[in-house]
Amino acid sequence: MAHPSSYKPSTGIEKWIDARLPIPRLMHDQFMVFPTPRNLNYWWTFGGILTFMLAIQIVTGIVLAMHYVPTADGAFDSVEKIMRDVNWGWLLRYSHAVGASMFFLAAYIHTFRGLYYGSYKAPREILWILGVLILLLMIATAFMGYSLVWGQMSFWAVTVITNLFSSLDAVIPGLGTTLVQWIWGGFSVGGPTLNRLFALHYLLPFVIAGVVILHVWALHMPGNNNPTGVDVKSPKDTIPFHPYYTIKDGFALVMFLILFAFLLFYAPNYLGHPDNYIPANPLQTPPHIVPEWYFLPFYAILRAIPNKLFGVIALISAISILFFVPWLDTSRIRSTTYRPIYKWFFWLFAITCLALGYLGSQAPEGWYLFFGRVFTFYYFAFFLLVMPIVGLIERPKKLPGSITQSVLGSSEGPQAAEAPRPAREPVPEGVA
Amino acid sequence: MANPDSSTDPSVLPEDDPTRRDVILVGAGAFAVIGGAAVLWPLLDQMNPDASALSMASTSVDVGHIEEGQAITVMWRGKPIFIRHRTKKEVEEADAVKLSDLVDPIARNANLPEDAPATDANRAAPEKLPWLIMIGICTHLGCIPKGQAVGDYKGEYGGWFCPCHGSQYDTAGRIRKGPAPQNMYIPPYKLTSDTKIKIG
Repeated sequence: MAHPSSYKPSTGIEKWIDARLPIPRLMHDQFMVFPTPRNLNYWWTFGGILTFMLAIQIVTGIVLAMHYVPTADGAFDSVEKIMRDVNWGWLLRYSHAVGASMFFLAAYIHTFRGLYYGSYKAPREILWILGVLILLLMIATAFMGYSLVWGQMSFWAVTVITNLFSSLDAVIPGLGTTLVQWIWGGFSVGGPTLNRLFALHYLLPFVIAGVVILHVWALHMPGNNNPTGVDVKSPKDTIPFHPYYTIKDGFALVMFLILFAFLLFYAPNYLGHPDNYIPANPLQTPPHIVPEWYFLPFYAILRAIPNKLFGVIALISAISILFFVPWLDTSRIRSTTYRPIYKWFFWLFAITCLALGYLGSQAPEGWYLFFGRVFTFYYFAFFLLVMPIVGLIERPKKLPGSITQSVLGSSEGPQAAEAPRPAREPVPEGVA
Repeated sequence: MANPDSSTDPSVLPEDDPTRRDVILVGAGAFAVIGGAAVLWPLLDQMNPDASALSMASTSVDVGHIEEGQAITVMWRGKPIFIRHRTKKEVEEADAVKLSDLVDPIARNANLPEDAPATDANRAAPEKLPWLIMIGICTHLGCIPKGQAVGDYKGEYGGWFCPCHGSQYDTAGRIRKGPAPQNMYIPPYKLTSDTKIKIG
């Protein structure tokens, strides 16, 4: 939130730095005294958790790259060498692999929190779009990282996913094939492909870190949304970020790391596929190719469509439709808590994503295929039908007069006797 | 700012010679764009298959030892090549299929014109109809179909079955059922003797 700076450089060195590159002022204003709504719940702690997970992935990734060999002949063996010979190699690699899963778990919770509380609505559209961009970059990075193991699942995942681009042959004959050979650097997935995926896998996390900085910047312009969706109206509605939310985020991070540590030390391969411990073999396709769990819903959508080109289009649309959510949702009420009809559709959507995840792990035949299509239909209907229509016809519940009132009860609130508003009337903007 | 400096501020310059100024502006811009594109091309083209990948152009195979009903897989340009010595029954089955029953009516044979119809004769080796030589890659998403080994499930049409998404190919390698859009491709090849094939 744009607020007057309260930083007071006290020593000579602080004054000297403040006049040249005022980073201490930035840190003080944005991360110490930053006015934060007083009612944020634990769903708001995942931003901090995600920042921490990105740091874990970058640090473990850099040290793994010191031992990894990105060649078709050397990749698989170098990963096994990391596991068996390199000092603490098992810890570093399992942290990186399980860390990727935990990163996605946190990112999906963070995304659903934004969806539920309407954190994408004005004035936070760019904040939301940057978040979707980070998710896209994460998907690309994770896919490339998985390929580097060069086991059977790695190899065939690369084959299947890069072949998605060959569907462009249906638009302009030859375009898809040319593009796929350009991506491969050959006539099939091979050493050159692995080498370039490694180069890009090293690059993209730093691009993500850059977009994260923009994401935090875009967050600090309007300030945090909150569980009521009501704007901050007075200084009473906020508390300083430090120590209140540094402590809360820190506690949530420790809880999250306990789950991380449990998987890391007791079930490091639970979320992986055993076939990826078989070296890549270009002559034999595994009987059942499945992606990592965090891609399963999108994989189910790809397979629900019988046409190759349209399947690919559906896969891409499933993610990119998120970019348009700020304009698809017509309701001016942010928090789903106050939207009695939308709430049902929202939870049905959450169930749909879980169901697609399950169906993505099953063979696409019979009832699995049928339900895959039903849930794929609802996935898109939620964005294209529910969001625009429900926002227009729904009568929301009465909003609290202010954040303070919602926390302390109606007697403390400044505008306790406010009448409920119809859905389309804008909520008054914050005055803070 | 009462007296704007008309010698340096273009917005207050008299419109004495607009043509010359425009030519320089557009020319400089166009030159920068062309130069940028010329520099970009090597950065993009370096990703295309390099000289060593292109040099793996051909491979020779002795097929004399393959008995009727057997199949082998060889590598060409990193891709599996299916070579199947088909039984009489398999050839007859493939020959009996009407073109109108096919998902993809084009032969996809690199040795024939691009629009050649997908008859069995256009798919099989010339003058050696029992032989079928093709790139063993499912045209859906690039998996290797089952059907080369003796015990493999070969699908409803007796040819090949892709385990990834259930595409089914007949005994001429033509797509009959499932999500794959095209018949499996026939690579460029020549019969160099009665038992030898040169692929590529």
